[in-house]
Amino acid sequence: MSAADLGIQAAERSAAANPVTGCAHCGLPVPTGLVSPSGDASFCCEGCRSVYEVLHGCGLEQYYALRAATTDGEVTPAPAVAHALDYLDDPAFAEEHVKVRDGGIHEVELHLESVHCAACVWLVERLPQVVPGVIEARLSLATRTATLRWDPERTRLSTAARGLARLGYPAHPARDADVRAARRREDRSTMIRIAVAGALAGNVMLLAFALYGGHLHGMADLHKHLFGGVSAGLAGLALVWPGRVFFRGAMASIRTRRPHLDLPIAIGLTAGYGWSLWETIHGSLDVYYDVIGILVFLLLLGRWIQSRQQRRGHDAVSMLFAVAPSTARRLTASGGRADLIPLEAIEAGDLLEVRAGDTIPVDGTIRLGRTTVDEAMLTGERDPITAEIGATVLAGTTNLSGHIEVEAVATGDETRAGRLMDLVRRSAEDRAPVVRRADRLAAIFVPVVLGLAALTIAIHWSNDPGTAIGRAMTLLIISCPCALGLATPLAIIAALGQAARRRILITGGAALEALSHPGIIVLDKTGTLTAGRRRVVRWVEVDSAEGVDAGAPDPHGVLRAVACLERASAHPIAAALVAWGEEHIPSDAVDLHAAPTDVVETTGLGIEGTIDGVRWRIGRPGWISDHARTPRGFEGRTDELVDEGLSPLLVAREDAIVAAIGVGDPLQPDAEASIAALVRRGWRCEILSGDDPRVVRRAGERLGLPTRRCRGGATPEAKLERVRRLARRSTVVVVGDGVNDAAALSAATVGIAVHGGAEASLRAADVSLDRPGLTGVVELVDGAARTVGVIRRNLAVSLGYNVVGVGLAMVGLIDPIVAAILMPASSLTVITLSYRSRTFAAPDDVAGEAEPLEAPDRPTGPFVRAVT
Amino acid sequence: MSILLIVLPLGLVLGAVGVVAFIWAARQGQFDDLETPAIRAVVDDDLHEPGVH
Repeated sequence: MSAADLGIQAAERSAAANPVTGCAHCGLPVPTGLVSPSGDASFCCEGCRSVYEVLHGCGLEQYYALRAATTDGEVTPAPAVAHALDYLDDPAFAEEHVKVRDGGIHEVELHLESVHCAACVWLVERLPQVVPGVIEARLSLATRTATLRWDPERTRLSTAARGLARLGYPAHPARDADVRAARRREDRSTMIRIAVAGALAGNVMLLAFALYGGHLHGMADLHKHLFGGVSAGLAGLALVWPGRVFFRGAMASIRTRRPHLDLPIAIGLTAGYGWSLWETIHGSLDVYYDVIGILVFLLLLGRWIQSRQQRRGHDAVSMLFAVAPSTARRLTASGGRADLIPLEAIEAGDLLEVRAGDTIPVDGTIRLGRTTVDEAMLTGERDPITAEIGATVLAGTTNLSGHIEVEAVATGDETRAGRLMDLVRRSAEDRAPVVRRADRLAAIFVPVVLGLAALTIAIHWSNDPGTAIGRAMTLLIISCPCALGLATPLAIIAALGQAARRRILITGGAALEALSHPGIIVLDKTGTLTAGRRRVVRWVEVDSAEGVDAGAPDPHGVLRAVACLERASAHPIAAALVAWGEEHIPSDAVDLHAAPTDVVETTGLGIEGTIDGVRWRIGRPGWISDHARTPRGFEGRTDELVDEGLSPLLVAREDAIVAAIGVGDPLQPDAEASIAALVRRGWRCEILSGDDPRVVRRAGERLGLPTRRCRGGATPEAKLERVRRLARRSTVVVVGDGVNDAAALSAATVGIAVHGGAEASLRAADVSLDRPGLTGVVELVDGAARTVGVIRRNLAVSLGYNVVGVGLAMVGLIDPIVAAILMPASSLTVITLSYRSRTFAAPDDVAGEAEPLEAPDRPTGPFVRAVT
Repeated sequence: MSILLIVLPLGLVLGAVGVVAFIWAARQGQFDDLETPAIRAVVDDDLHEPGVH
């Protein structure tokens, strides 16, 4: 029996033992209506069914056994894929992304969604079995990037991508391929440098043992010269090849007059090598070649580990934003059907078709149609605006309701979103780099050490100039801040690793140092303090004569009608109502999919339709009141909802109003506790949002923030200006999610992008929270403070070693053996201390992990019955 | 004693061969992805029906 059979049998057994049938692909419960009556494999959705069928059709059932063996039950349903892939075959796309290899083989890199385990590697790399003509598929689990090679004579890229999609991995072009290629080259040369430094250090150490022996017991001149000469050669090689980076850093530090730890390191290395070389030439054995070799190796290693850890953060982030739209539908001149083409190929003047629900790809003018547009991404304004023929629409915004044709005015970098991104880039460049603690120390360290060396010479000069210079040189060598150089990187690597496990992705250690002291936190509202999604917060039904139990919605009444009718609309409020209906009516009890007839949607006002012979209307209070009468005692309901900060909707059955619904974007459940925790830690919090000032103020009141700290109606430029002004006086941390926050994020001392943020905000931020809620911000601030504590302790320890060493050198007690013990010992202490400290953990004063779908400010009984 | 004059350079040459081999491997991209190849080696070759590659 094969492993595959075992996997499937296991799935079937669990299905039999449990009355709830599990999906044969993903194992999630299958809705009752979809369970196969014959007892065959059942599926929770079409996506899972199609993947399952492809796997069985191609002899790839082994996937299930592999998956069972390699994951801990963390399986997701297959994404239902229908996204068009023809643009992958477009010459404009090929020119940008496809490389031609030997023999006419084409190669491309694709980011894959839903890659999570070893079984995925196996499955993706079996692509040639599924799509003939694909020669090879290689998946990198760390970056979730697949490299695809195919024969253009036999298949097309779109076919291959469709094959991947059928296996459950929607593919997106890896737009940062060039950046990653450059990084890969850099990684390789760093690795080579470390290997060379390690090999040289090892060999110099071996020779040093012989020299130590000679030091203690004497040694023949021939061997003294042989070992000394070879050591000098090897250590010299270590300095000019792998060690070059420190001298380059030191030169840059002198040129820019910015203190950097490379400077004292370079001084120590030069002094050590120069002194040893002098001694070797004069036939002495007081040489420090081994210390130099080890220093170069350890320092390079520390830097490499640090940059690797930071890369992980970058990779995780780049996967998050690979899923951006990359195509547009261009209408041909003859007015025929729309071709799907890549964004790169669109020019100003092209006429594009934008369907309801699509992201608008360019800045342009509407030539045909009428719709509502959600501009929240660019402006932060939550309510959709109505756009008609002649109106301007902006790239990056979402077309919500109507089918429109847009004439492109600006594309790519020239769009408002593109200009905003340019602003982001420039403000990121302008930002003054955070001066590292260790570098600040170096600014004091260098003059002190040089001063002490001069002092040593002055004291001993009168006795014996030779001894004086000797002691001064030993002092310079022993003070070479090796452990100091490792202190910061190691503490930060350990912290970044721990943060990443807590789903906080930090792209640089400097952010941690900046976050360790309280400053000002500027928070965006929509999507940051709130979930960014509208949902039903209040539901007030007029008690009718039907005699339903109070407290639970009548499954056959208003709620069902609302859910069915709103399904016909693409408005975001409609989605909230449908979700609410699905949440509160058991799906097997009532058919929520009854199609309403005679549906009329009036943009900006509401929707009406007939279900089971009854005419229903849902919409803005003014519009409903024109069509239906308000029952006694219900008049004030709408105003109450407005007072609560909600958008009111009314529902009318035939000519009577039957319910009022309050829709809002509730605050994140952990927002209040998190803000309170931040304030307790000494941070000043303020809200800066593009949303209506009144809404912002109300949110601020809920969170306990004074009104003057709540600013609404801010454009991206205004946000940037505000952050720049604040940044002149103190540390400014910006927390945001949208394109409209991106410029502010990059201008801030530290930018934090929250879960579900837009690509632009992720790019601009130093930290991304890959989990919902704001608790992560508190945790980040705590973790940063603890990390800086570890750094400080490391610095103190390594400085302690240096002080002892300098003292010994001044009185002449240091010789090469003592140096060879002291210097690695200090580094080892620092390494141990760094890895033993726990920096990131859940903050103890903010209760629990936030589940964002549970609104905190929802009244205990959401269904309030108005007794009339 | 002068054997050291031969052995020492010989040792260094052997070390250099190792380093050169590493440099070659790094330039080939052998160390680019340290995670996936391990998985590939473990899950491959199992249960292959003849004729299917």
